Amino acid sequence: MSAPDTPIPGITGAGAEPHFFAPWQAKAFALTIALHEAGTFTWPEWAAAFSERLHSDIAPPTATSSADHAEQYFTAWLATLEALLARLALTDPAQVAEAAQIWQRAAHATPHGQPILFERGLADRKDS
Amino acid sequence: MPHDHDHDHDGSELDEMTARVMALETLLTEKGIVDPAALDVIIETYETKIGPHNGATVVARAWSDPEFHDWLARDATAAIAAMGFTGRQGEHMQAVFNSPECHNMVVCTLCSCYPWSVLGLPPVWYKSMPYRARAVREPRAVLAEFGVTLPDTTKVRVWDSTAEMRYLVVPMRPSGTEGWSAEALAELVSRNSMIGTGLARAPGAAQ
Repeated sequence: MSAPDTPIPGITGAGAEPHFFAPWQAKAFALTIALHEAGTFTWPEWAAAFSERLHSDIAPPTATSSADHAEQYFTAWLATLEALLARLALTDPAQVAEAAQIWQRAAHATPHGQPILFERGLADRKDS
Repeated sequence: MPHDHDHDHDGSELDEMTARVMALETLLTEKGIVDPAALDVIIETYETKIGPHNGATVVARAWSDPEFHDWLARDATAAIAAMGFTGRQGEHMQAVFNSPECHNMVVCTLCSCYPWSVLGLPPVWYKSMPYRARAVREPRAVLAEFGVTLPDTTKVRVWDSTAEMRYLVVPMRPSGTEGWSAEALAELVSRNSMIGTGLARAPGAAQ
């Protein structure tokens, strides 16, 4: 896993306090809490899935900044959530990928300063 | 069906992670499983309302109220819930008390289980792989990185949290605080002192 002397990030300084370094991290966290509170999964189920992912596909971080560590942590968090929801048949990975693409296309097509709208029709312009 | 979303962003590109989270939120909202307004409340609650000040009041009360101290030692889940701090994950709490003989320190080697109800969200270092990997193996070296050096005669005990069991370290009460109110004592209790990577502040020491 980690080399014995890998320094621990964010003990002091600017990186020590913020829990979320980007809005998507906070949203991924809140989605998980909301789904747990709705009874979608138990917390031990969540923790088991998350810990399995943290121990399987994460290479030791090459950078030591707090932001990098947080990004890696929440990337694994979101991947766990996506996999768990797919396993519970609540979302279909292809649908999630399509919806993500719709959001990206919508953002791309929306002039700066305008609210971005989620419109399914945009998916039809998907790459072949 | 179009639906309004007024996310702040300063360009017309959405990064991949943001798009993936928005995709999940959209699909789960359409299915009626989550409510976007509730997500905002969750974020707000964890960012502002729940934090280490909760744990500090628990520790300060344990220092100043022997009956509460015993209750906390016997059944931390109930004693902490009685102060209004209830975990949302149904976890049990155990309080571990520092003494000159034994210093307690908490980690979650598996992921990042943490006593949210009393400490809020974990800091980055707690979630980081180096801390998770090294806390058990070389706690004294880790403590040194946090600026904590213990006498050789003090044993270090590391507690590994799980989804079901979370630990709150009760640091030693600093000397020179006899007769202090619980409110004043709570000011001396830092977050790190309740994870065991710090000590309670001495009276007059800088925050």
